Amino acid sequence: LAAAALWDVLGILLGGAELLFDGVKEHHVTLPSQSEPWNMKQLLVWIGQNLLKERPELFVQGDDVRPGILVLINDADWELMGQLDYELQDKDNVVFISTLHGG
Amino acid sequence: MPIQCSKCTEQRAVLKRPKTGQSLCKECFFIVFEEEIHHTIVSAQLFKPGETVAIGASGGKDSTVLAHVMKVLNERYKYGLNLMLLSVDEGITGYRDDSLETVKRNQEQYDLPLKIVSYEELYGWTMDAIVKQALDRGAKLLNVDKICTGHNADDLAETVLMNVLRGDIARLRRCTSISTSSGGEDVLPRCKPLKYAYEKEIVLYAYFKKLDYFSTECIYSPNAYRGHARAFLKDLESVRPSAIMAVLHSGENLSIKESVKMPVQGTCGRCGYISSQALCKACVLLEGLNRGLPKLGIGKHHRLHEKLLSQQPLSNAEERKLKAVDF
Repeated sequence: LAAAALWDVLGILLGGAELLFDGVKEHHVTLPSQSEPWNMKQLLVWIGQNLLKERPELFVQGDDVRPGILVLINDADWELMGQLDYELQDKDNVVFISTLHGG
Repeated sequence: MPIQCSKCTEQRAVLKRPKTGQSLCKECFFIVFEEEIHHTIVSAQLFKPGETVAIGASGGKDSTVLAHVMKVLNERYKYGLNLMLLSVDEGITGYRDDSLETVKRNQEQYDLPLKIVSYEELYGWTMDAIVKQALDRGAKLLNVDKICTGHNADDLAETVLMNVLRGDIARLRRCTSISTSSGGEDVLPRCKPLKYAYEKEIVLYAYFKKLDYFSTECIYSPNAYRGHARAFLKDLESVRPSAIMAVLHSGENLSIKESVKMPVQGTCGRCGYISSQALCKACVLLEGLNRGLPKLGIGKHHRLHEKLLSQQPLSNAEERKLKAVDF
């Protein structure tokens, strides 16, 4: 029996990235149930369709995050976690920090 | 499966270093990041004991990290520096108000004296322009020996690229130098302790240390050309992170043919500040505002400088181009 698992994810946007999301920094989201676990690649598509408010080209590039936006999963660099292939766990915490804004 | 820190081999790694590919835990990252900046400072002999050093503070990530690290290293290695924060209030509502609030909090958090100089104080006008000159003049009011700024490796690589794209050989030659000596009595020596620090590490250092910084797009900053150079470098970095250091290295080691003519760095005919043109940028801006020609300070109008210096009127055709656009 396929578990009707829910993926509750906390997304946090910093460094100016929040400006593309109506200025909202914290997003508690419950991802729709699916048979396979959600991965980061799917999460980005979902964010693009459901949360991103303006100028998507400043956040995503192709099916990846735009270069210059840092991603942390549970407070660790996603480059250590498989990046787009990382499979999300329930209650994961994902932080996007833009470095493209003023220093 | 969490990855272990490659240095202490005990803690969980929190970042992959763009410079080396190493995986480090939080504590080892803090140490490595600070020690590299210490190494930069010592090997380039940026400071002498007893100096008063102003940290150019904007409230942004780079200057906030710079202020924090300078404070830590000055205490840890007994540099004997008298540190202070120096900010320029450009009078941009919203942007500057918030960033100055951040600097004011930094002053308390780091226990460093803060001086905010406003353009009004310096020039009698409130507007966004020429922070560099304003910093110098502010620092002079405070008897500062040196100014350090938060320029990082990514900024410098971007500047190298911009100067190549513009064919600006004079700037290309000097843009990577870690410190500039005093250029006359009005200009203080400047240095860049974060020159070899990656932006990614600066941002993560600020994030993990929970430093208080301000980030929002400066309403005056979007510059399409620079934006392309920046995006291009970020694209390269995502394929090969060492690209940033490689561009910086190339810039540092270029040598210019002797047959290349360099512009002579002179002084402004009106105020005496360094300027490669007959009039410095600040004086041109002021002149433009006084004459009701606001666009005089934007773009290149060198050919008009002699006329401005000698107080001659401009022709109608010249004036038309420099007036504000009516809506």
